Amino acid sequence: MYLNPATVPAASIESRVSAVEHILERAGVAVKEEVAQLTQLAQEQWIAQNGARLVARSWVDPGFRERLLQNGMAAAAEFGLGMPAHHRCLVVLENSATIHNVICCTLCSCTAFTIIGLPPDWYKDFEYRSRIVRQARTVLAEMGLQLDPAVEIRVWDTTADTRYMVLPQRPRGTEGWSEDRLAAIVTRESMIGVQRLEV
Amino acid sequence: MDGVHDLGGTQGFGGVRYAPGAQVFHAAWEMRANALYALCARRGIINMDEYRHAIERMEPRHYLGAGYYERSLTGLATLLVEKGLATAQELNVLAGGRFPLALPAAAGRVNAPGRHRYQAGDAVNVRNEHFSGHVRMPAYIRGKSGVVVAVSPAYPFPDAHAHGLDAEHEPTYDVRFRSIDLWPDACDAAMVHVGVFESYLEPGRAQPPVASAGVALADSA
Repeated sequence: MYLNPATVPAASIESRVSAVEHILERAGVAVKEEVAQLTQLAQEQWIAQNGARLVARSWVDPGFRERLLQNGMAAAAEFGLGMPAHHRCLVVLENSATIHNVICCTLCSCTAFTIIGLPPDWYKDFEYRSRIVRQARTVLAEMGLQLDPAVEIRVWDTTADTRYMVLPQRPRGTEGWSEDRLAAIVTRESMIGVQRLEV
Repeated sequence: MDGVHDLGGTQGFGGVRYAPGAQVFHAAWEMRANALYALCARRGIINMDEYRHAIERMEPRHYLGAGYYERSLTGLATLLVEKGLATAQELNVLAGGRFPLALPAAAGRVNAPGRHRYQAGDAVNVRNEHFSGHVRMPAYIRGKSGVVVAVSPAYPFPDAHAHGLDAEHEPTYDVRFRSIDLWPDACDAAMVHVGVFESYLEPGRAQPPVASAGVALADSA
């Protein structure tokens, strides 16, 4: 039976999700258990605090900073942090007074989600995906980040399965802070590169 | 494929709907949809290239009107039908109404023959190719010149892997482009880095370092 998209509205999204769950159950998947497990991972494990710990450690331990910049995946593994099988490389992009990095995925919405957290809604929206590569300085300013004209902007488009995270600059006024206190000020936005940290 | 998903540099979109600390999920069904694709990828029912391509193949009006998790669910459901785990009619019945799916795929292709290896500092050109199957070369770099800044581990070639063809692993390269070379006269000055598969590249001619926003490129790799 042909259902014409021009005249027949789609079934509700909830009922479409249920339909897919039904198909997978029939294929032998323990859907309820696996969905519960993955939802818990999404909410409790794939969070920005992971990356924040890496950033804070790199600010207080120059040796760790070197290792993080050299091989992000291996450095994350020191914290027991892993990545999915299809992510084979974590490139850490260090901001400085003269360089600002920002990441995106123009083709879909890829991120190093086990490290910097699942991407927020706006990262997956068409506005960010279309404009950040072409109008980086304008878009960042619109989002509240005014960069000095002398700062070089480097945009990183996640088109292969290499993943990126921005290593933000340590803000002034945090001298002598503990690693935990430093980690608490590192945001997901600063590791995407749409924010610079201040205290 | 030159689809609506290939948004990089597309004009006409407005301000980013941004709020610090914005949410990932907005409804319970979004979490379920996200878990369903993730469990299918984890179990090997689908691979990520198939999944991305199924989303790209959504009818353009549907793609642009749907949110991220509806696109995810549509791509997954399309693959379940194409892999014989369900029929489209069955999905309509189970959903109690029309279950829109993505459109059929064009043919895939295998890795380019006679590929070159590159290293950081090499000048490269992106091949001026138009390919109707899955491709991870955003249109905005097609035919453009850049410089390799880093080499990544080998991955299965997506143009084959998304289509069930034998996908040889090949390196990807972080290639740096100047925004003014991508969109002359109509962009902000920036360095745009793209992860490019080896099959999409050919050797380029060395470019002189050019300053961007007062910062020389020569020492910026």
